[in-house]
Amino acid sequence: MAVRETTIIEPTQGWRCFNLRELWRYRELLWVLTERDIKVRYRQTVLGVAWAIIQPVLLMVVFSVFFGRLAKMPADGLPYSIFVFAGLLPWTFFANAVSSSAASLVGSANLVSKVYFPRLIIPLASVGGGLVDLGIATVVLLAMMLGYGLGWSVNLFAAPLLIAGVIFIALGVGVWLSALNVAYRDFRYVVPFLIQFWMFATPVVYPASLAPEQWRWLLFLNPMAGFVEGFRSAFLGRPFDWRAIGISLVAAFVVFVLGIVYFEKVERRFADII
Amino acid sequence: MTAPAIRVEGLWKEYFIGGAQRPGQTLREALVDGFRAPLRRMRRGRRAAGDENRFWALSDVSFDVQPGEVVGIIGRNGAGKSTLLKVLSRITAPTRGRVEITGRIASLLEVGTGFHAELTGRENIRLNGAILGMSGGEVARKFDQIVAFSGVEKFIDTPVKRYSSGMYMRLAFAVAAHLEPEILVIDEVLAVGDAEFQRKCLGKISEIAGNGRTVLFVSHNMSAIRALCPSAVLLESGAVRLKGASADAIALYASMSRESAADIVETTNSSGPHFARVGLVRSQVDHGDTLLLNCRLASPQALRAAIEIEIHDDAGLAVIYASTAPMAGAEFDLGEGETSLTLKIGPLPLARGDYKIYLWLIKPWAEEYHRLSLPVPFTVAHSDPCGVGFDFQQSFGRGCVSVPISFETRA
Repeated sequence: MAVRETTIIEPTQGWRCFNLRELWRYRELLWVLTERDIKVRYRQTVLGVAWAIIQPVLLMVVFSVFFGRLAKMPADGLPYSIFVFAGLLPWTFFANAVSSSAASLVGSANLVSKVYFPRLIIPLASVGGGLVDLGIATVVLLAMMLGYGLGWSVNLFAAPLLIAGVIFIALGVGVWLSALNVAYRDFRYVVPFLIQFWMFATPVVYPASLAPEQWRWLLFLNPMAGFVEGFRSAFLGRPFDWRAIGISLVAAFVVFVLGIVYFEKVERRFADII
Repeated sequence: MTAPAIRVEGLWKEYFIGGAQRPGQTLREALVDGFRAPLRRMRRGRRAAGDENRFWALSDVSFDVQPGEVVGIIGRNGAGKSTLLKVLSRITAPTRGRVEITGRIASLLEVGTGFHAELTGRENIRLNGAILGMSGGEVARKFDQIVAFSGVEKFIDTPVKRYSSGMYMRLAFAVAAHLEPEILVIDEVLAVGDAEFQRKCLGKISEIAGNGRTVLFVSHNMSAIRALCPSAVLLESGAVRLKGASADAIALYASMSRESAADIVETTNSSGPHFARVGLVRSQVDHGDTLLLNCRLASPQALRAAIEIEIHDDAGLAVIYASTAPMAGAEFDLGEGETSLTLKIGPLPLARGDYKIYLWLIKPWAEEYHRLSLPVPFTVAHSDPCGVGFDFQQSFGRGCVSVPISFETRA
């Protein structure tokens, strides 16, 4: 006779270890929910996927006019438009991923209160959806590089590593905020501000070289700083600041672990308080 | 001996009243909570202080369900049925106790969970299947069956937001009906949808139950429980009152709900003849029962009187009128002072749901002496006019009075 599956239901006590096997069992659901987010994203819009291009391009135009043209922001010797666009891509992905995953659990209240599955899947799935947009916008960036005569360099091979870092930090922050948002809806109002402040703490519209040499490492404690700078180096063919990327990777990992740990700790209360 | 499919041991579940949060927990505390594991013991101590804000939705619930057993769970609203299901479905964690489940379990607390309005029927089948725990291969294999069962073939590539609510429900139930767990936990999904849909659901559930699967079925519909479940668990205030044959549990449940309701005492002053106190002997009845209404009437002088009633449904619509006179031609004498009488109303051919009786004391054909200022509420708990397991509900919105119906075939 086959071994019967046994489920034990007990009160949650203190810290639970992260149940990776359970998550793996539900991988299909993760995929289906991600697919749902992607499919639904541009349904019943006239321009459809074009929005993935229009949004960062419009931002680039606005920033180029205000920061590049009017404020004469330095751009490490590059045309400001492409400089800011290369920074906006990882940033936009990050900002969208964090805000959508922060809202994801509350938005899926009907799922949380009616079916069991590892709750972590909900914020995870909402981060995945933005990857398609990032991919599309990256194609635009690659085309722009040819347009500006910058050419593609071997640095591009570092891009996946940097994107992985951005995903990690977006997951960590998004998962954390999604759990907090369940108990305290205050976070619905906190998140937009947080993202706005965070953007100015990140060298998106300005180069990291703007910060004085001896204090620059402080800037890189913000993991997004290392990744945005790194992303720019990868695409615009400049030397990498590996120390900065290293600090960012460590910080991203710490945030990720803290986010998941907090989430797991409060997960089983969600249905009662959502 | 085989292990029980479900073993529930000393299950407790505590809720905090008045909301979500643990008392005394502020946002700031919660933020630092993650870094202060050593202090948590102290916090627990403080938590216990807010006793008046806590209540036990489940207190020391224990029972076993053997493989292949079909068990009904009954009890009044608030008895803990839904909480029990949520704990068994792992939606919420128990406060104390333990549940051991042997076998693949699926629970159905709602049909169409996770349906997305923008997605097509086809996409939603896949999505809903995954949410209910079916693998992609399983959904693909059963896809044609599901579509055929739902009867929405023509619209399978239309977004479900364009579906009628009936189509939506049929599709949602079709996915759920093709779940094949060893243990199935079902909430009263049948309470929604029209009569036809209800019949279909019941049929499917009895088919599942007949396949030797273990089923836990929560319902208010006693005829469905009686028809489907040989045994039942009766919950009262979060505790198991009885686990045994469903006939016994249903009988006990019925006797519990037939406690007399509080009388209505007329408080507005009335110098003429009037109702002084009115009360139902039983405020919960079944279809076909007769309501017994005790009335104490007061009058300053002797006179002839009659009583008129209107029964209103939950939506406030008058659905029944009757009068001792003129309609029934039965006036009575009201002496000076107080007179008591018992009004018999019925048999009532009413659907399950809540009703209110409005009462008038009248002089037949002439004038109204007094209208009772408050209506008398009562509930029809079960309505299965022909005893076939059909649950006739007011909430169908298709009327709430049923009459006998039959046919004769002609050559």
